[in-house]
Amino acid sequence: MAKGFMIIDGQRVAFDGEKNVLAVIRKAGIEMPTFCYHSDLSTYGACRMCLVEDERGKLDSSCSMEPRDGLNIKTNSMRLLKHRRTILELMLASHDCDCTVCPKSGRCRLQELAQQFGVRRVRFKDTRQRHEIDDSSDCVWRDPNKCILCGDCVRVCEEIQGMNILDFVGRGAQMTVAPAFERKLSETHCVGCGQCAAVCTTGAILVNNQIGKAWDAIHDPSKRVVVQIAPAVRVAVGEAFGIPAGENSLDKFVTALKLIGVDEVYDTIFGADFTTVSEAEEFKQRLANGGPFPMFTSCCPAWVKYLEYENPKYLKNISTCKSPMQMFAAILRDQYAEKDQADGRTTFHIAIMPCTAKKMEANRDEFKHDGRPDVDLVLTTREIIDMLRETGIKLGELELESPDLPFGMGSGASMIYGTSGGVAESVVRYCVPDKSKNALREIEFMGLRGDGCIKEATLELDGQEIRLAVVNGLGNARKLLRDIDEGKAFYHLIEVMTCQGGCVGGGGQPQSLRVTKQERRDGLARADHSAPFKRAERNPVVMQMLEEMGEEKAHRLLHVSYVKE
Amino acid sequence: MGKQDVLKRVEEIVDSYDCRREALIAIMQDIQNEYKYLSTEALELVADKLGVGVAKVYSVATFYENFSLEAKGKYIVKVCCGTACHVRKSQPIYDGLREYLGLSGKQKTSSDALFTLETVACLGACGLSPVMTINDEVHPKMTPESAIELLEKLRAKEEASHAEA
Repeated sequence: MAKGFMIIDGQRVAFDGEKNVLAVIRKAGIEMPTFCYHSDLSTYGACRMCLVEDERGKLDSSCSMEPRDGLNIKTNSMRLLKHRRTILELMLASHDCDCTVCPKSGRCRLQELAQQFGVRRVRFKDTRQRHEIDDSSDCVWRDPNKCILCGDCVRVCEEIQGMNILDFVGRGAQMTVAPAFERKLSETHCVGCGQCAAVCTTGAILVNNQIGKAWDAIHDPSKRVVVQIAPAVRVAVGEAFGIPAGENSLDKFVTALKLIGVDEVYDTIFGADFTTVSEAEEFKQRLANGGPFPMFTSCCPAWVKYLEYENPKYLKNISTCKSPMQMFAAILRDQYAEKDQADGRTTFHIAIMPCTAKKMEANRDEFKHDGRPDVDLVLTTREIIDMLRETGIKLGELELESPDLPFGMGSGASMIYGTSGGVAESVVRYCVPDKSKNALREIEFMGLRGDGCIKEATLELDGQEIRLAVVNGLGNARKLLRDIDEGKAFYHLIEVMTCQGGCVGGGGQPQSLRVTKQERRDGLARADHSAPFKRAERNPVVMQMLEEMGEEKAHRLLHVSYVKE
Repeated sequence: MGKQDVLKRVEEIVDSYDCRREALIAIMQDIQNEYKYLSTEALELVADKLGVGVAKVYSVATFYENFSLEAKGKYIVKVCCGTACHVRKSQPIYDGLREYLGLSGKQKTSSDALFTLETVACLGACGLSPVMTINDEVHPKMTPESAIELLEKLRAKEEASHAEA
């Protein structure tokens, strides 16, 4: 690790292991402008906004410069300011500047920097050829006319997710970002994780916006709008309203939803308790029957899609349990059929998720009955934030209200579903016969949760050694599968979450860096600690319903097979 | 040659480079040398064998002007547009051929799939300018008329051999 002093704008600044000069400059309290630099991805050095000037007048990008002792640089010389303005002007010239009606307006990096650097006119004509908008995917929209070629989407798709659905096409002025053969996203193996939309600096890749449908339903008196809220949403939705990341704003959020006209608000953790019990029972059964192993968790729809596209031989290894969202929806449909008939209203079910792939999951044929999906609409955290903004509601100032009963209650174990390792830990809590507080603590420190990309743990169950693994980031899951294929690794249970850090870092969450994701994760851990009960099997409603349901009905409502005949 | 044979050959080419990712460009050059262009199926197979994303392979293929993603005609006609040829009026030759072949817009290959018309920066035969090559055979001191005549001869030859068959 390099250590030493640098002179930044005449000021001595110490550095100690920072990966580039840019990080040192930011540490010194100067916010360098960047487009293509994303601290969680590899350095690209293309946008040239972070240029600095050295003593000899040489210009170079600080993101791709290593800190060196005695380095003397300026970050804001006349030349640099002029260069930055010209770069911005050129970008704006080849950008579809319909800012007033652009969904990204107010959160667009290009707009922000153009304002910051006082670009008031663009001298160059836009001579580019127009590209078609790709709205073929359930999860994200692509508008290439707004792309500034920063490449963040390309790198997140390749480096973190290992998918390489998007890449640069062509060269020079004709260059675009597109899938291979300029296909539509729906014609590729895109799993819909939405990380491209989460890192996009402009409005070129956006979450498939379904706000209009939500308003229609909310204002339709013939519809009973019933909402479920995923765990990861409660620790992120407040960020747009001045509430710090990680603070659980569920109760305020419930009030807000009621204010905008939602009839009933429930909690997905109720569904997650069903999932834990069902999945743990399935796991025990597999242990008794000797397989098939590994058993993969099934909560993450992008992961299921990935196996369907790229490794279908493992589909039989996926747990037959539906995801918490789909379990919740199936139970709701079942329970509300009578209610709907009695009062003549139809239940319109909205799921508020941190995830873009959930939009695709809700649309799967497996979850449609008589042509109607169990979940009528999936809204991401970002969309619901936009809806609240539209109403002028200040989330931070609202009263508290708990989710409705009986489907608004869940265990602490289901709260941590929103973080990587949470599902596996919930299943372990259920399986381990020792139900003491100390056993819980021990499980917490087994190493299933936390930062790692591939985490492993072993535990003893009925004299048998059980091997567990937890993976987040599809690229890491791919590696793990390769190791399993080659016989280098063996596990009984593997939890896979497509997004880094699990659902707290989902593609539908507000734009965030690693630190914010960690704060959200810690927020969910606190919610678990303060939950009235920590284990799924302690949820009285869930256990009673399971008992009343009987095996046949439970199978119909809670299980699904992705294996194609 | 059937599609399966082509893909089998593509597989051989990739194998001859031990499926090394860094050989991507060389592999694509070899494929193009044999089939004159890179088909969608060929690129998908290359990506699969090298363990690289299809988008990455497509990205590299579209970056280099030299790679063609469209099927080419049996005869590849290249009109030199280097300085010497340009000065000695190569542009009218190119324009004349385009008109003769009925090419419009970005189209480079005649609808009968017989000819592909391209330009080339310099063939290093400036003394013979304006120069044109047909499948790498050099034709010196061309005029629009003599160029069209050459193509007409080839077309007649093709039709004759077609009739025989």
